[in-house]
Amino acid sequence: MIDKRMTADEAVAHVADGMTIGIGGWGSRRKPMAFVRALVRKRVKDLTVVSYGGPDVGILCATGQAKKVIYGFVSLDSIPLEPHFRKARQSGTIEAVELDEGMFLLGLRAAAQRLPFLPTRAGLGSDVLKINPHLKTVKSPYDDGEELVAVPALELDAAFVHMNRADASGNGQVLGRDPYFDNLFCMSAARAYMSCEELVSTEELTRGGPLQSLLINRMMVCGVVEAPGGAHFTECPPDYPRDEKFQREYAATAKDAAAWKAFRAKYLDGSEADYQKVVGHERL
Amino acid sequence: MSVSEATRADICALAIAECFRDDGEVLVSAMGTMPSLGARLAKATFEPNLLMTDGFNLLLRHALPLGAKPTDEDIEGWMPFGSVFDTLWWGRRHVMMGASQIDQFGNQNIACIGPWRHPKAQLLGVRGAPGNTINHTTSYWVPNHDARVFVPSVDMVSGVGYDRAASLDAASSRFHEIRRVVSNLGVFDFNTPDHRMRLVSIHPGVEVDRVLANTGFELVVPDRLDTTPVPTPDQLSALRELDPQGHAQKELVA
Repeated sequence: MIDKRMTADEAVAHVADGMTIGIGGWGSRRKPMAFVRALVRKRVKDLTVVSYGGPDVGILCATGQAKKVIYGFVSLDSIPLEPHFRKARQSGTIEAVELDEGMFLLGLRAAAQRLPFLPTRAGLGSDVLKINPHLKTVKSPYDDGEELVAVPALELDAAFVHMNRADASGNGQVLGRDPYFDNLFCMSAARAYMSCEELVSTEELTRGGPLQSLLINRMMVCGVVEAPGGAHFTECPPDYPRDEKFQREYAATAKDAAAWKAFRAKYLDGSEADYQKVVGHERL
Repeated sequence: MSVSEATRADICALAIAECFRDDGEVLVSAMGTMPSLGARLAKATFEPNLLMTDGFNLLLRHALPLGAKPTDEDIEGWMPFGSVFDTLWWGRRHVMMGASQIDQFGNQNIACIGPWRHPKAQLLGVRGAPGNTINHTTSYWVPNHDARVFVPSVDMVSGVGYDRAASLDAASSRFHEIRRVVSNLGVFDFNTPDHRMRLVSIHPGVEVDRVLANTGFELVVPDRLDTTPVPTPDQLSALRELDPQGHAQKELVA
């Protein structure tokens, strides 16, 4: 079995300027934030970010590293609209590709299946087709002749996901109640990286929850990072809930540049260990 | 909160509940406080077969009070987001969404104000509105009925209205249905020859002129106009049980 253990910084070393990256999780839930923080430290730029977006998107907008964002939504859940993303949209600093949430899923699924597109009714009649002139429709080749939207594959150069548990060879487990679409993100990417709250032996992994919780198998990922607190400040049940206080602190920094600069210096410019030390200390 | 006297919020909650009458075994997704309360009232009283989640991924057997944490005994199934998408494409779903803007054919906008490319205000984005409206029944709740919400044309069509649906092939639009719009002033539907919005009933104490003055397009007003039903004593006590803290009462402006 291949030992795929590495650090988050080693994982993001493969991300180059201009790449398209997919980020797993959903809104402010089980986001691979340790990888996002590593991307911030690396200062890689001109990224296209593909995400059911939360603070991952917000942070990469605030640092100026996201050139383009492809999203179904960008939300902090308890704060309905991601404020840094809102600011980026309103000041025109990012290129946006806004898709219906279901279209987004079909784009991932098409990429995972190595198809050019998947058809859907979603989008027909709405302005999603108007704001995305690259989207085309197809006619059913069968007798019904129905016109459908052909959602193009969302192919990724790299994907990042965060699991509750994983083993060194890349099997990953979700112990929370929603797997989201992390397996599809991995399968849509040329290279996928998985962080986890706790790295365990394969025996412990399979004993640690129902077999259906083993969402990721080792074919899907090329790197495994043990990152306790790696989803903070998003939720990672059952390991921890969202850190609402921290999220409010983060959200408030969208209002003024000095506050964001201070936030970044305090939390994001140091190492992951520094981050966990600061937020762990503040949580006590 | 008095148990015997119905407030405007109670009347709105009942009007929302009525949107789900005869839906049977479908997944109800009610976005926001008042829609959640209305859907729960429907399930707790006349429409017990509705399927509803805890707002996350658990299907719950009974309508729980707003804010109540479900116990294991309350769970009847599992509905992660992947299953929500499958269900909405399957069509066994009725969603009630909000609307930052809505026009006379029921085109809804939750995406942004101003041109999409350079929005004056970025709102939620289209979220699931395009897919919802073309795949299954949709209703809307507007807590602040005024001419900035009920507009001649919306800035970005997120949820598809009847004129947009009619411009598609019959096959593409065959699952499109906007059941009703409920606002703090009245109840509206699209049961007119050209599917323009019609005033169905006004809430007790609301004058028709107030509705017209706060609507930015020509509303179809039938000769015989009903008053929105007031909850019965049984419905009122159900509402008090489902919203013991009165969250929905706070949502209404007037």
